[in-house]
Amino acid sequence: MASKNNIGQRRLVVGAHYGVKDWLAQRVTAIVMVVYTLVLLGTFLTAQNFTYEGWASLFARQWFKLFSLVTFLGLYYHVWVGIRDIWMDYVKNAGVKLALQFATVLWLLACAAWTVQILWSV
Amino acid sequence: MSEAVREATKKGRPEFRNIHITDITTKYKMPPSAIVSILHRVSGFGLFLMLPFLLYLLQQSLLSEYSYLHFAGIVDNVFTKIILLGLSWAYAHHFIAGVRHLFMDNHMALDKDAAQKTARWVLVAALLLTAVIGLKLFGVF
Repeated sequence: MASKNNIGQRRLVVGAHYGVKDWLAQRVTAIVMVVYTLVLLGTFLTAQNFTYEGWASLFARQWFKLFSLVTFLGLYYHVWVGIRDIWMDYVKNAGVKLALQFATVLWLLACAAWTVQILWSV
Repeated sequence: MSEAVREATKKGRPEFRNIHITDITTKYKMPPSAIVSILHRVSGFGLFLMLPFLLYLLQQSLLSEYSYLHFAGIVDNVFTKIILLGLSWAYAHHFIAGVRHLFMDNHMALDKDAAQKTARWVLVAALLLTAVIGLKLFGVF
């Protein structure tokens, strides 16, 4: 098993491997957000008259609600990876760092619930 | 210690260990890619902090016709517009710098010259896009 993970003669790659998974998740969620942004921007720029009816009717469609929710959940995961990196880089005290990471997770979960409420209110 | 670091010590070049913020701001000449990188982080963190405000605006714009008027009232305020302009820059910069990352992940424009060139483009494109959004936001077109 160990020989399988050897790079070169001496270097043994170890770790929990969550780094590469989060790295990939950050990229995948980024691509989803790019597509969502372009769809929203296209709709915004081609809209004839910008009224509540026009705006709300876009969000009233089931496919757009689901697309929005998936994008926002991806956004929150993306935010988690980015903000966790910031806490890890700049906060030296382990207790403070853990508290900030814990608060970030709770806050993003609350945002996810709020997003569901917003999307299904229209 | 790597060969390169040993060479540097021999030639009496400045050596930076445990880099402090003042080293970065006063001693280093930041290349465009470094500026793009730190602004990517700053813009991301700013967007994270303003998340509740943006969700609140989205909620007000969608909840009902009355709340939409309330939303329009908030956005009509000059102070709000300045905040939204700042957030537009943050989104534009984070977006374009992120797309640059995706290209570099696929081994495109990785050499020194190309990386600095694309970094300059990111800075300029984000500012141009923000300017266009700003003109729209303040009702020029």
